[in-house]
Amino acid sequence: MKIGVLALQGDFHEHQVMLQGLGAEVVQVRLPRHLDGLNGLIIPGGESTTIGKLAVAYDLMQPLRQFGREYAIWGTCAGAIFLSKDAMRPQPLLELMDIRVERNAFGRQVDSFEIGLNVPALAAANGENPPFHALFIRAPLIERVFPPAEVLASLEDGRIVAARQGKLLATSFHPELTGDTRFHRYFMEMAE
Amino acid sequence: MVKQVATFAVKKGLAQMLKGGVIMDVVTAEHARIAEEAGACAVMALERVPADIRADGGVARMSDPELILQIMDTVSIPVMAKCRIGHFVEAQILDSLGIDYIDESEVLTPADEAHHIYKHNFRAPFVCGCRNLGEALRRIGEGAAMIRTKGEAGTGDVVEAVRHARTVLGEIRRLQNMPEEEVMAFAKEIGAPYELVLETRSLGRMPVVNFAAGGIATPADAALMMQLGVDGVFVGSGIFKSGDPARRAAAIVKATTHYNDPKILAEVSRNLGEPMVGRNVSSMPEADRLAGRGW
Repeated sequence: MKIGVLALQGDFHEHQVMLQGLGAEVVQVRLPRHLDGLNGLIIPGGESTTIGKLAVAYDLMQPLRQFGREYAIWGTCAGAIFLSKDAMRPQPLLELMDIRVERNAFGRQVDSFEIGLNVPALAAANGENPPFHALFIRAPLIERVFPPAEVLASLEDGRIVAARQGKLLATSFHPELTGDTRFHRYFMEMAE
Repeated sequence: MVKQVATFAVKKGLAQMLKGGVIMDVVTAEHARIAEEAGACAVMALERVPADIRADGGVARMSDPELILQIMDTVSIPVMAKCRIGHFVEAQILDSLGIDYIDESEVLTPADEAHHIYKHNFRAPFVCGCRNLGEALRRIGEGAAMIRTKGEAGTGDVVEAVRHARTVLGEIRRLQNMPEEEVMAFAKEIGAPYELVLETRSLGRMPVVNFAAGGIATPADAALMMQLGVDGVFVGSGIFKSGDPARRAAAIVKATTHYNDPKILAEVSRNLGEPMVGRNVSSMPEADRLAGRGW
């Protein structure tokens, strides 16, 4: 399986290491031609304004939208913002997922946190599903999910932090930073 | 697991989100807006860029909190600010503002000539400068969650940033290739905590993100540092001391992403206007050099 990681800015290398550990072939995507032959794409954490500007400057917006209509894309944090239809402020967005996100919804860096998160969708065949160790770093909130997008995980107070829409996946947090491979395996199954 | 804030993982994690990006020095809210518009992944809020600190002389201190707050209100990207080496009260003040990163910086006049700040106690993460692996790991031992080369700030001369990056990366390669019985003596030689030396050896890189800083003035300089193996770049005086800051800032952002593509580097390097006026580090008296500050 060949998975791309959008390598404009952010922690794309952390995703690459996780995917390679699971046996995927990984391609760093910086230009439209790098999307050729991929089964799926991860848009990493980083600064969504920076990633958006570089995607516009190198004519990636339309190719990425086209890719997302056919193949799996997963956005973590900044990547989730980039996938959304609405980020409640003007900035370049792929507008692929029917979700509304609020940037820096939990506050500044001093409010960044880690927590154990229940994600029912990650339940293994044998039924075991311990909480997922989730890092929220100046994280966005998925403020609202519109059908056909669905909620995949929420905090205990009900605020949404993961959503799925067909082959598209958005998480507010960073599974690439924890060493827990369940989300990456889940995404690779989506991309198959 | 219950909710925990200000853990080392989230401090280090923010630096991981800055990777592949450019952090720009800004002295006004308007500069900050230009930097964000150009694609900066963060800004460093300060009263004077290093080139002006050099020109003005005198004691350089933490910036006015009012200026820092204005910049925090202007941009959506992370905002960093500098405190003096060892000045933990300046750091407490910055932390109370809710700053996203504190740079305990040799560019300001040191407040303590023997000790750095004990950084684990703060909510905000810290970035610190280094010239070699030992200095980097001492700072991480004190709690730094991000490292940058010192280079020689405010000169527009990249030679010291190259020297420091090559030294750090070369020492890591040497550490990886030595038999394990030599690691303790190596830790003693470079004056670094043994556990962090072991961790660096097994990771094959520093345990935190490592940026280049100090003298980067052109897109080619940024790409040079990236090809040498750093995770991203700081640009201080190089942008707002140049003829066309917005254009140069955008070009350096593109060069940092496409650092391995000489055609794109040539394209973004065209028609940038005047670069900052440089100053050769090799002809600079020892007393004028900032990189020697830090212990």
